[in-house]
Amino acid sequence: QSSELRYTANTQLEHLHARYTGTGHADLTKYEWLTHQHRDTLSSIVGHPTLLSYLAVADGQAMGRMKFEMAERMLQPCGPPPQKDED
Amino acid sequence: MHLYNLTLQPPTAVAQAIVGNFSGARTQEIIVSHGTRLELLRPDVQTGKLSTVIASDVFGSIRSLAAFRLTGSTKDYAIVGSDSGRIVILDYDPKTSSFVKLHQETFGKSGARRIVPGQYLATDPKGRSVMISAMEKAKLVYILNRDAAANLTISSPLEAHKSSAIIHHIVGLDVGFENPLFAALEVDYAEADQDPTGEAAQNAEKMLTYYELDLGLNHVVRKWSEPTDPRANLLVQVPGGQVASSERFDGPSGVLVCCEDHIIYRHMDKPQHRVPIPRRSHPLEDPKRGVIIVAAVMHKMKGAFFFLLQSEDGDLFKVTIDHDEDEVKSLKIKYFDTVPVASSLCILKSGFLFVASEFGNHYLYQFQKLGDDDDEPEFSSTSFPSFGMAESFIPLPHAHFRPRGLDNLALADEIESLDPILDAKVMNILPNSDTPQIFTACGRGSRSTFRMLRHGLEVEESVSSELPGIPNAVWTTKRTEDDPYDSYIILSFVNGTLVLSIGETIEEVQDTGFLSSAPTLAVQQIGSDALLQVHPQGIRHVLSDRRVNEWRVPQGKTIVCATTNKRQVVVALSSAELVYFELDLDGQLNEYQDWKAMGSTVLALSVGEVPEGRQRTPYLAVGCEDQTVRIISLDPESTLETISLQALTAPPSAICIADMLDASINKSQPTMFVNIGLQNGVLLRTVLDPINGQLTDTRTRFLGTRPIRLVRVTVQKNPGILALSSRSWLNYTHQSLMHFTPLIFENLDYAWSFSAELSPEGLIGITGSVLRIFQIPKLGMKLKQDAVPLSYTPRKFVSHPANQYLYLIQGDHRVMSESAAEKKLQEMRTKGQKVDEEILQLPVEVFGRPKAPAGTWASAICIIDPIEARTIHTVELDNNESAFSVAVVPFAARDNELHLVVGTAADTLLTPRSCRSGYLRTYRFTDEGRSLELLHKTETDDVPLAVMAFQGRLIAGVGKSLRLYEIGKKKLLRKAENKSFASAIVTLNTQGSRIIVGDMQESVHFAAYKAPENRLLIFADDMQPRWVTALTMVDYTTIAVGDRFGNVFINRLDMRVSDQVDDDPTGAGILHEKGQLSGAPHKTKLLCHFHVGDLITSIHKVSLVAGGREVLLYTGIHGTIGILVPFVSKEDVDFISTLEQHMRSEQSSLVGRDQLSWRGYYTPVKAVVDGDLCEAFARLTGSKQSAIAGELDRTVGEVLKKLEQLRVTSSGF
Repeated sequence: QSSELRYTANTQLEHLHARYTGTGHADLTKYEWLTHQHRDTLSSIVGHPTLLSYLAVADGQAMGRMKFEMAERMLQPCGPPPQKDED
Repeated sequence: MHLYNLTLQPPTAVAQAIVGNFSGARTQEIIVSHGTRLELLRPDVQTGKLSTVIASDVFGSIRSLAAFRLTGSTKDYAIVGSDSGRIVILDYDPKTSSFVKLHQETFGKSGARRIVPGQYLATDPKGRSVMISAMEKAKLVYILNRDAAANLTISSPLEAHKSSAIIHHIVGLDVGFENPLFAALEVDYAEADQDPTGEAAQNAEKMLTYYELDLGLNHVVRKWSEPTDPRANLLVQVPGGQVASSERFDGPSGVLVCCEDHIIYRHMDKPQHRVPIPRRSHPLEDPKRGVIIVAAVMHKMKGAFFFLLQSEDGDLFKVTIDHDEDEVKSLKIKYFDTVPVASSLCILKSGFLFVASEFGNHYLYQFQKLGDDDDEPEFSSTSFPSFGMAESFIPLPHAHFRPRGLDNLALADEIESLDPILDAKVMNILPNSDTPQIFTACGRGSRSTFRMLRHGLEVEESVSSELPGIPNAVWTTKRTEDDPYDSYIILSFVNGTLVLSIGETIEEVQDTGFLSSAPTLAVQQIGSDALLQVHPQGIRHVLSDRRVNEWRVPQGKTIVCATTNKRQVVVALSSAELVYFELDLDGQLNEYQDWKAMGSTVLALSVGEVPEGRQRTPYLAVGCEDQTVRIISLDPESTLETISLQALTAPPSAICIADMLDASINKSQPTMFVNIGLQNGVLLRTVLDPINGQLTDTRTRFLGTRPIRLVRVTVQKNPGILALSSRSWLNYTHQSLMHFTPLIFENLDYAWSFSAELSPEGLIGITGSVLRIFQIPKLGMKLKQDAVPLSYTPRKFVSHPANQYLYLIQGDHRVMSESAAEKKLQEMRTKGQKVDEEILQLPVEVFGRPKAPAGTWASAICIIDPIEARTIHTVELDNNESAFSVAVVPFAARDNELHLVVGTAADTLLTPRSCRSGYLRTYRFTDEGRSLELLHKTETDDVPLAVMAFQGRLIAGVGKSLRLYEIGKKKLLRKAENKSFASAIVTLNTQGSRIIVGDMQESVHFAAYKAPENRLLIFADDMQPRWVTALTMVDYTTIAVGDRFGNVFINRLDMRVSDQVDDDPTGAGILHEKGQLSGAPHKTKLLCHFHVGDLITSIHKVSLVAGGREVLLYTGIHGTIGILVPFVSKEDVDFISTLEQHMRSEQSSLVGRDQLSWRGYYTPVKAVVDGDLCEAFARLTGSKQSAIAGELDRTVGEVLKKLEQLRVTSSGF
């Protein structure tokens, strides 16, 4: 019975992970964690007008351009994922 | 320590602007979001000026705004997406002039999170639904409707989520009355996350997806999804739908997809049209650089529509679509005009374009024409194969245009904005000023300015003319009650009176019936068409037919002062008696039979204006030499009986009764204020109870060193009071609250209202023997700005200890320096390439400089004379160098001669932060500081972001290392170094041998220089990782810090540790102490913490009023200027914190954010009271005010007085 419980708890957890993108778990790889961090940061920059202004001033770009580049970078902020070990 | 945070200047940056009929009237209004503040602007169609109707703090961060209107309605609502995890619908209520929250629906956690909606909003043009979306995955659709009572209703949310999709933009499609359709630009990253080769990410497609809200089934379906240009960034709604009556299509529907270099018209199952975004044909333009659209607006007129799209250079393009019913024939684009780069564009039906600039001042333009019949080249999709989509993955050939001055638009109004403030200093440089000025380095790129801010109202002088003598008073008067404008100016001299008539010219007149051989005490237009002059010997009542009725003073007595209104006259005689006159219904001035003996010489008198529809005002205020003010009844039942008495601290010099609206006291009708000016320059403001004539709620204010004179004037059709002392102050009602602000103008000896055709709302005043006519154009703008234009983005500036000049460094990334540009042009010329000289002549402050690749810099050091408000010298940096830090350093090795040290770096890249070489440039001041002479350049291995004078040497933060330099003949010589800082040193401060080092990411370190061992040692740091942007020392052990996320906090080092470090001569003790938490051996303690909501760019410890307490003043990048005031007593802390608690429950945030969690965004608020919230007390309804005041065991007046006192004593604002 206990295994069954664990089973249901797990599906719940999985469901929660699917629902709340960016939530970590025990088997998270460094790459995944870093990618989540970067995506969170990038969307936070876009979401806070003052941060976006700050970066736009520093970089000499229009805010619209800055926002676009940040959103573009969310696709793959930390480069491609590492090769998975075959075994 | 307990602090009170007060915003002196709210943020002026506009994050977004929307247009609509928010008040439900015919005129359109604009709602702008200042990030943490909502403001409603109303354009005056006649004058083309924008005025603020209401502004309110929302205590949250606004991320998106949208206007919508229910079908058939005439009123627009505003929907707000914020970081509250809630969607809020706001209604502007014109009756109470406030925003009302109609609906607030919670859908997620608070905070600007990746998957919590709030970032984007899209509305259905028919007002049936709204979509709110996050940066990733989450999209919610709400259905809007009205119930039986015509109230707006909102449904529960319908999900349109797509996991692992990054959302670039969403927009509502115009489909008429078919099911509402929303378009989204999405990129799916699921595959890219799994593909180690990186190919999937390379080939990731940007999808244009349609979501349909099925109103019948009440759910959202993904209707259509097709890949579009991978560099698309923005969607624009295209009109569509059929007109019910004629069955004709308004437009083809669909969207414009704005991509890098292209605009694509796109709709489900329809052919695409593509046009290039034209580029400037500037010789230095980089052809490889992509251009994107950053702002767009669509405008529908009768039977037609067009788009204005703005590129990142500020060029506006007019885009039109030729269509036959719902079929697109061609998409056309042409250059329209160039305006500053906008965060939002709004077109008003009255023919105005509002440009909410992303940086700098905002502008309102008027359309002169729509660019229909000019010879500007137009680019059409029909001139390319398959409407430009033949090879959609290959860019179209470049299209070019020649930028030119404004042709289709004309400037109508400008709203000053400080955004971004990059550095500031508070100093008192101006001569004859008792309060300091705030100097700010503002703006970005070629539109940058250096501004001097002074507290006060700006005054616009229209006439200034010399008079034959020195008058002691001036009045203006109409001839009859119904005249729109004044006819006479009356000047009183010591021995006579001069009357001038106002016409085409202003000239002297003789036959007015006024006595010219004696000075005048008062002038009044009385009754319907008579005039009245009070002079020391009597009162002249000049009837309309020039007959004069004169009342003469008995022998041996004179009139010493007088007060008048339309129906009443009171004079005080030298024998300390009052004589009262009242106009009867026949227009005769009747004397009241009894004279009132006051027992003490009367110094000042005042009656209020006669209230509308009344015979008289019932109260007279009399100020006597025995330091009292008495309220005397003028009621027929109890004429000249004393009602109440108030004792003063000095003899009064002037009294003025005025009925003015102050919503904090009474929202519905004006309050009667008795203003008493004393001879010692103090002004008392008391409220006169209209029922029993008692004086209550006394507030005092020090105005200046001279005896005060008070004049009742009219400002913007409302009564105001001009108080004249060694400074002139205006007391006025603005946005239904009372304000008291100094005028930035020369001292006035006397003043009066002045109304003529050319200046209907003017004032007239005398200064010595000069007569001046002036206006106050911008009420509510409490900071007057004087700007000096700069050529590049300012970075930092310093003052010189011996002269008044300021040394400012400026630099721009992605801009070629003048010399590099000239060199390149010269190269092109010699190669025989055609160079368009005309374009090179275009003013850079409008058009900007051509963009260059990353790593290109233009920079300069300039010397500014703040008094003359001009740049006196500029040193352009060559060699692709840019300046990052500056300091004035007295080098002990050169007999403490002052030098300017500028930290620069060549070929700097921002990400990753690197440079070819850093330099410390050492300049000597020449020509008394008016110019600079370069002594030498010292190379460094990283960018020197901070430099500072330290004990006759220079200390520099070069990347991660802190270095001490001594001046040498050819170079600066490195003497000591500490390399153990975490990321990069950004701020330096010092006291004694202590150095406070602010790190870019790792908060603040306390370091000490131990001279005997020549060591720089870190002995304490912070426990939290803070991204320091600004820092100041409050005292030897305490620091006030601002960080990148909008927090200000105060840290303190334990006194014991501080002493211990100072007592250790060699620093050996510190060196061998064990580090704590992988850092320094000692930690600072957090004393206060507060989230301001704006990125702090500078922080200063200053005193803002003469003799006032020191406060912490900070500036924010969005133009915020605020102060933190230390409380003086525990009682105050308890009182104000309890008030804040009550306000939290009464005043809920307009965006639905919890105030306490907003102010504790990253770290819980500690020991700081939110003054902006407390001051909202003044706007609460009377019943709520008294309920809160009751809880606090105070009266409402006492609470308001405490709040005002906190503001005035600390800032003078």
